[in-house]
Amino acid sequence: MDLPLIDLQPIWLSLQLAGVTVLILLVWATPLAWWLAHTRSRFRVVVEAVVALPLVLPPTVLGFYMLILLGPHGWVGGPVQALTGSALSFSFAGLVFASCLYSLPFVVQPLHSAFESVGKVPMETAQSLGASRLDAFFSVISPLARRGYLTAIVLGFAHTLGEFGVVLMVGGNIPGKTKVISIEIYDRVEVLEYTQAHILSAGLLLFSFLVLVMVYSINRRLPVQVT
Amino acid sequence: MKNLLEANFKMDYPGFNLDVELTLPAKGVTVVFGPSGSGKTTLLRCLSGLERAPSGTLKLAGQVWQDDGIFIPIHQRKVGLVFQESRLFPHLSIQQNLLYGYQRTQSVERNLHLDEVVEVLGLAALLKRTPDKLSGGEKQRVAIGRALLTSPKLLLMDEPLASLDMQRKAEIIPFIKRIEDEFKTPIIYVTHSVDEVLQLVDTMVILQAGKVANFGPVQEVFSDVRLRQVLGEEQLGAVLETSVAGHDEEFELTRLDFMGQTLNVPKQNIPVGQNLRVHIHSKDVSLSTAPPAGVTSVLNILQAKVAKIGTLGGYSVDIELDAGQPILATITRKSLANLNLKPGQPVYAHIKAIKMIH
Repeated sequence: MDLPLIDLQPIWLSLQLAGVTVLILLVWATPLAWWLAHTRSRFRVVVEAVVALPLVLPPTVLGFYMLILLGPHGWVGGPVQALTGSALSFSFAGLVFASCLYSLPFVVQPLHSAFESVGKVPMETAQSLGASRLDAFFSVISPLARRGYLTAIVLGFAHTLGEFGVVLMVGGNIPGKTKVISIEIYDRVEVLEYTQAHILSAGLLLFSFLVLVMVYSINRRLPVQVT
Repeated sequence: MKNLLEANFKMDYPGFNLDVELTLPAKGVTVVFGPSGSGKTTLLRCLSGLERAPSGTLKLAGQVWQDDGIFIPIHQRKVGLVFQESRLFPHLSIQQNLLYGYQRTQSVERNLHLDEVVEVLGLAALLKRTPDKLSGGEKQRVAIGRALLTSPKLLLMDEPLASLDMQRKAEIIPFIKRIEDEFKTPIIYVTHSVDEVLQLVDTMVILQAGKVANFGPVQEVFSDVRLRQVLGEEQLGAVLETSVAGHDEEFELTRLDFMGQTLNVPKQNIPVGQNLRVHIHSKDVSLSTAPPAGVTSVLNILQAKVAKIGTLGGYSVDIELDAGQPILATITRKSLANLNLKPGQPVYAHIKAIKMIH
């Protein structure tokens, strides 16, 4: 029996998508999580709910609105098309945009709770020693919140890797551009190529499992002492 | 330009307000004392810039830190902060903790360096360790050193010894004294227990319900009869500055000169001429209007004048005496009536116990 040929392109694309998404998320989820952890604003609950929405919404709902938003007539897609000549829907950039919303809670929530457990004191202390807020954040807060960062990175990456509904709605199924692993699996199953589907599915399953084991063992081994 | 700290804060919150107006010498140790809830910590947070009082002015030696539309953020103020908990950074070594603020101080502004601070605070053996390996007293010393290494213009301490036992307290106090002697950094020290700082304090501020009840040199403030409410019966009494006049080898006593009069205390190992601060609890002072007839076992009798008679109520009353410096006596109301004391009247103060502060 011939070894079934596996198309590596969807795997590579998935890894790229997850990597870029996590990088972007880290940059903009950090201030958001910090704000959530320390604000006394009454809008906090509203923002918290919005951040958590992707956890409960069917991906098709999110995907549908994304499609409209990113399409040639959408608020985001329109201006982008005017600038670059093509809209964001059915493109890799559109996938990244959608993933950044879809995976947001998985990055914000670990950071939020990490910042909460670090508390206000280290920031105040660093400032009293002459550090600006930004300096204090990088020299004191982020090292103390490193467990939260690791969890956020790993969960954000794994979750983006596993998304299906949003990607299908926003990205379509364009080989080399928007066809990621989860969609490739769907395609294989549709044409009854179970062997390929098995290999990809088992790979994703194993990867996700290993990632979660890593998260939990890191959480055990990296105690953050706050004195 | 006078070397003063001028602070003026108004804050109105439901259930709490702060209304403070203070002009303090920006040198030596100023103790801010008051019961919990009196606004001590809030005042300290306003001084440091951690909190911004909605209305207020703050000047240190002519430099404006807060005024209408002006608010210098804490990281530009050059204040050192030390709290009850050491607040060391757990992810840094002791040396890195000490240098955190130092590295963020411009080199021209650095007037203290690691070696000096390590020497004065006895930190040499700790430098390579991490904060979780230190005792409470050691951590507190590191916290003080870390604050000092920013070469602060003002050192603010909020109950820095409250979480330590008596022995550790006794271990740290000399260090605080040396900071003041050697580095000339003015210190504002917030506490609810005066006992621990009697040997340090130069200026005293008494806060009550968010307002300044009294402030000034410790000798004056400490004899304020209103202190009874905040200080409690046990601690009430005058703090006197004396100097060692001589030693009596035969009876093992030390003679202290107090404004030209003499006090005898158990022999102290202190050279003649050196200053010694003593605390005389008001309950240990009794009064008579005539010199004692015959021999008395009371060794220390000071001549003084009645300065002020405290509010009457209950069985006892506090009398403020003037013996060059104020002294406080608590006597019964009946004795007051028997002696028929009036302000200005000369009296003899019989002192039954003297507490040395060192």
